Amino acid sequence: MSVTNEQVRHIAKLARIAMSDEELERLVPELNNILDWVELLGEVNTDGIEPLTAVVPNTLRLREDKVTDGNCRDDVLANAPVAEHGFFAVPKVIE
Amino acid sequence: MSDLTYLTIAQLRDGFRSGEFTAREIAEQYNAAVASARALNAYTVETPEDALAAADAADKARGNGELGALAGVPLGIKDLFATRSVDTTAGSRILKDFRPPYESTVTANLRRAGAGMLGKLNMDEFAMGSSNETSAYGPVISPWRRKDGGNAALAPGGSSGGSSAAVAARIAPAATGTDTGGSIRQPAAFTGICGIKPTYGRCSRWGIVSFASSLDQAGPMAKTVRDCAIMLEAMAGFDPKDSTSLDLPVPAWEAGLSSDLKGKRIGIPKEYRIEGVPGDINALWDKGIEWLRDAGAEPVEISLPHTKYALPTYYIIAPAEASSNLARYDGVRYGLRVVPEGGNLDAMYAATRAAGFGAEVRRRIMIGTYVLSAGFYDAYFTKAQKVRSLIKRDFEQAFEACDLILTPTAPSAAFGLGDKTADPVSMYLNDVFAVPASLAGLPAMSVPGGLDEQGLPLGLHLIGRELDEQVVLNAGLAIEERAGFTAKPQRWW
Repeated sequence: MSVTNEQVRHIAKLARIAMSDEELERLVPELNNILDWVELLGEVNTDGIEPLTAVVPNTLRLREDKVTDGNCRDDVLANAPVAEHGFFAVPKVIE
Repeated sequence: MSDLTYLTIAQLRDGFRSGEFTAREIAEQYNAAVASARALNAYTVETPEDALAAADAADKARGNGELGALAGVPLGIKDLFATRSVDTTAGSRILKDFRPPYESTVTANLRRAGAGMLGKLNMDEFAMGSSNETSAYGPVISPWRRKDGGNAALAPGGSSGGSSAAVAARIAPAATGTDTGGSIRQPAAFTGICGIKPTYGRCSRWGIVSFASSLDQAGPMAKTVRDCAIMLEAMAGFDPKDSTSLDLPVPAWEAGLSSDLKGKRIGIPKEYRIEGVPGDINALWDKGIEWLRDAGAEPVEISLPHTKYALPTYYIIAPAEASSNLARYDGVRYGLRVVPEGGNLDAMYAATRAAGFGAEVRRRIMIGTYVLSAGFYDAYFTKAQKVRSLIKRDFEQAFEACDLILTPTAPSAAFGLGDKTADPVSMYLNDVFAVPASLAGLPAMSVPGGLDEQGLPLGLHLIGRELDEQVVLNAGLAIEERAGFTAKPQRWW
């Protein structure tokens, strides 16, 4: 399988990465090279094989549904590019 | 006062305890060494006060007789570990000036053991790279130089390139690394030091900037096998804050060290004899087999039939997980924010991520987004997860015939900066020997074995059964004792 310019533009949109036409032109053959290479996996017969989900067997631990920290608003906001009135502030969402 | 930067962690620890020198003297010598080696670009942030404060605490504690395992030992910390109030950028522009209000579990464990911090170590951006060239801070330059290759700047390996260069150049006695597909072992091999990636789940990933969550694992990079054992003991341990952390006691790896391998069978996978690998590397591999035989082990040929599929599998799974993990960098809560004139929220996300991520990270996010997208998910991602099951099964079957696997660490010695940047696939091939163990979650270590004809270090790679770090370390020790690797880079920096 190979990707077209249009597909790559769509992926960039899904990935939320702005991309110039120039960069797109450069990336399409690169992605196709990588995709050609991973096509190798098509050779492997995986009929009846379960996909690996946990690399080392482990049980999922659940904890009590209780607040274990909190009261750290200022810490959480300390790295915000823009914070106002104790909230993260972002550009307008609804036009 | 002699030059303490030549000493191992074990020697620093023991010398400090017996009163040969103080922790402050160690920290001062290292702080001076760090400041005089900026040409290597190994540190992104220097924290000499932190090293001195921990040293003074250790000196004070020595009087009271209550010393942690790493009391008096300052360390370099890969910039992927969150360190409270100290810049943590993962080598990326998008996290420039990020100062976490929390400390990663691994570094908290090291601090609890008494270690100080010399600074944060440069790395490939988000740990994506094998040469340290993807860092937003520019590449680390290896302290090593080719014997007759002029003064070409060489790659220290990646992604833990700052860590490997710092230990090799003696501007840290040891350092933390992280390994997703070889990022501890390949740089260790390139710079003539030791590094071990433990079993997935041994070290908490809490507070380590995520790349590929099912693969990422922290480990030590140090001068000797013993130092790796000491440091890994301090780093590892159950952490309720990481749901993938294993709820198991940490073995006393240092106390268990023994290079007597009687009764052990060493698997030599025939699929790792691949074309195009320099003769030096295969010759060292043969020597490694003889060293382990000399230590009492019996070499046996094994087969890992899915070896050639490991890299393509990795380059589906790791980008897929990365594309999901890196979705959090959007300019809202931390890091860079770029808002185009009059732009809305979506425009802010797209512009922030375009400006904040470097080319390799954008490339991998794109691949990851593609292989997870509707219509391609089964063909790529599910397929890769199935092949991953087969790769893991290969190892399980091999370990019925052997106790440990020996291979080369990397298919070449250190290459020149810029040599492989034009072709992503050729760069990815660097991890051909390291990736399979990562996909299977197994403990694996690189130990220096010798030099190539250019005088550059080459590593031997040991892969153990799940949770069997001890056998890996023991075989590493056996190789270390026999290889007699004492070469050091000539100081030019």
